[in-house]
Amino acid sequence: MTLEPDPVPRLEMRGISKTFPGVKALNDVKLKAWGGEVLALMGENGAGKSTLMKILSGAYQADAGGTLLIDGKPVAITDPIAAKRHGISIIYQELALAPNLTVAENIYLGIEPSRRGQIDRPAMRTGCQAVLNRLGAPFTPDTVVSGMSIAEQQLVEIARALHTNSKILVLDEPTTALSSRETDRLFALVRQLRAEGIALIYISHRMAEVYELADRVSVLRDGSYVGTLTREELSAEALVKMMVGRDLSSFYTKTHDPHGSRGPVLLEVRGITDGGRRVRPCSLRLHQGEVLGIAGLVGSGRTELARLIYGADGKAGGEVILAGNSVAINAPEDALKVGLAYLTEDRKGLGLFLDLSCGTNINLGVIGSDARAGGILDRAAWRRRAARAFESLRIRAASPQVIVGSLSGGNQQKVLLSRWLEIGPKVLILDEPTRGVDIGAKSEIYRIIDELAKRDIGVIVISSELPEIIGVCDRVLVMREGQIAGEVGGPGGAPITQENIMAFGAGMAA
Amino acid sequence: MSDISEDSTAAGPTQPSGGAGLSARQLQVRSIVQALGMLPVLFILAIAFHYLGDERFLTPQNLSIVAQQAAINTVLGAGMTFVILTGGIDLSVGSILAASAMSALIFSLLPGWGMLGIPAALLTGLGFGLINGSLIAFGKLPPFIVTLGSLTAVRGLARLMGNDATIFNPDLPFAFIGNAAITIAPGVRVPVLAVIAIVVILISWYVLRRTVLGIWIYAVGGNPAAARLSGIKVWRILLFVYSVSGMLAGLGGVMSAARLFAANGLQLGQSYELDAIAAVILGGTSFVGGIGSIWGTLIGALIIAVLSNGLTLVGVSDIWQFIVKGLVIIGAVALDRVRLQGSART
Repeated sequence: MTLEPDPVPRLEMRGISKTFPGVKALNDVKLKAWGGEVLALMGENGAGKSTLMKILSGAYQADAGGTLLIDGKPVAITDPIAAKRHGISIIYQELALAPNLTVAENIYLGIEPSRRGQIDRPAMRTGCQAVLNRLGAPFTPDTVVSGMSIAEQQLVEIARALHTNSKILVLDEPTTALSSRETDRLFALVRQLRAEGIALIYISHRMAEVYELADRVSVLRDGSYVGTLTREELSAEALVKMMVGRDLSSFYTKTHDPHGSRGPVLLEVRGITDGGRRVRPCSLRLHQGEVLGIAGLVGSGRTELARLIYGADGKAGGEVILAGNSVAINAPEDALKVGLAYLTEDRKGLGLFLDLSCGTNINLGVIGSDARAGGILDRAAWRRRAARAFESLRIRAASPQVIVGSLSGGNQQKVLLSRWLEIGPKVLILDEPTRGVDIGAKSEIYRIIDELAKRDIGVIVISSELPEIIGVCDRVLVMREGQIAGEVGGPGGAPITQENIMAFGAGMAA
Repeated sequence: MSDISEDSTAAGPTQPSGGAGLSARQLQVRSIVQALGMLPVLFILAIAFHYLGDERFLTPQNLSIVAQQAAINTVLGAGMTFVILTGGIDLSVGSILAASAMSALIFSLLPGWGMLGIPAALLTGLGFGLINGSLIAFGKLPPFIVTLGSLTAVRGLARLMGNDATIFNPDLPFAFIGNAAITIAPGVRVPVLAVIAIVVILISWYVLRRTVLGIWIYAVGGNPAAARLSGIKVWRILLFVYSVSGMLAGLGGVMSAARLFAANGLQLGQSYELDAIAAVILGGTSFVGGIGSIWGTLIGALIIAVLSNGLTLVGVSDIWQFIVKGLVIIGAVALDRVRLQGSART
């Protein structure tokens, strides 16, 4: 890739600072992006990437003193509409589509063409189809968004950006919810857009993706600009060092006995199913002190299986046996009562209470049993548990009274995780435990998983990141189309490798 | 303020990547500012009416009347706060108040057992609240629809209870509730109605901030799906808040019956639900649930009472009172939004 073909960058940000009450989120940050290149923006959660992008998109106003240039001309982006006018589009991690509308309606949302005062649907459909063709999208303008996969919805967002002639496209961790096949398709699209001359800013935590796509990588740390590496200078060590400011000795910790799977069976699931909609009858065994991985493509029924076991969704059949006793789990409270907890993959939507404090979020699973007679809060226990969680999980927040919504993703995840640790679980199901979490918090979560296994707790880890599955799990079940397609690892099993897992996940192994 | 109670009052701007979040001290300041949000408005209104109304507003006698006028709305507003904190709404409180007042009057006429009127009214309110709550919790029907239905249906029942006529009881055994006052210091007398309202606010505060149930209410309002996955029995919480709202409407019925020595199924409590909702909203409680405080509701109810009383004192006609009240509610909330810009959650 030729760099800087143009002396003037498509986008240049200079001296950008942003102060929130009490926190300086950005301090004199600079950034340059050229048309026809992919600039990766990296940094731990809390480094200021999202804030910088929100300034670019007009959602936030930078402090006075910074400059924003597009094609060398200073521009003022005072609101999202101004950003649109200057050709800036951002595809956020949390997609922002109207689920009950069609693809065409979403793409034309707010800019519907009209003819004689009525919405010109044929024009909408034609215009939409043109963009979809350009993207090679597998759906039509009339498809309703709510039935689409995350990958398809993302494509709709990209289509919307292209339709408004965006020259600068920001992708904020676009692959977090994608399967590897969908990721490949997205990468092809990113390369195509690069070839078309669009300036792409790609935010990601995943080193592999950055290697594959980026022409240059800019790194932020603690709200400051650290530096930029070109493709030639790129190395994992250099990047990690820039992001965390120190060397990471070992990423995956595995000090528990990896053959815990020979211990007694802790949890057995027999033929659990939702009637075949998403989960066909599945059986599994989890041993004491074992870390069992569940791999598989997104949509293969991993989350749905976990939700069935936890009682979050109604099951049509099957049995759950915990420590030798059949247990009736019809609702989450039944599961929690017998010591089975489930950490959701959707931290903000289904996990945390963003307006409540960290301490209350941590205590939520136990305030009932901690309470004194008549349901009166035991505030001493509240403080004690919150303090303990803060210390043992190294949660970075001023105090347990801080509203959890104001923390970074990694710290939010630690708060949610400690809610389930506080109940003293026997079995803990972790669904994408490190999604949207920075490297520091990731290795911390791996350390906790290892510790849980040492304490004879059975841990199930559901993850789309194969390196994570391979790094932390003792045995791995691979799901495909709502069924357990195969098993790797464990005593006498095939070794846990990317190839062996992929073979089952893609249905290539017998 | 103490640690746990800071929760729900603070709704700071969500920092995207601020790392450590707000400091405890900032939070404390913010939560106090938010809880007291409308207090300055209340003071300004009171002082303005005092001088516009020939210094007749801020007198012990008049303030005692204001307290009396605010009392019933405060009680209804307290129940409404519980409901709105879960993200719901209760449009039926005015009608339930009327039906409960009818119960109170009917039972008060029983020779020798007149005091039964009080429990009768409370149970009537509780009963209707339970019906609302059951339909919402088990029938999974939208609260707006359910309580809109009961607003109409219960109004009809209230008329039926008195054969569509007014029931009188000049010897009401619990008339003291509506008319007596307690001397708390020489020359300072507090109406019993106001005492009841304050007790209701204090109990509500205790439940919301010092009990597990309170935290669950905020949790269900803040994120119902997460509440269910956290093992909270959401149906219980919903049943509870609508029952509380119904029972407090029943208490409102007792208070209103005691004040008037009479009840009329057709007129009593008409559009009280709107004043109660206005009090909650003026108090800064979020319409989407999960954020708010009971003290705000008290201040909101006082603002509405001060407006009614003050405007009358100043000589504004009944018609203009409606217009001014409406505009003040919108204006006050708009002002609040500007002041707390960034929190934009309601």
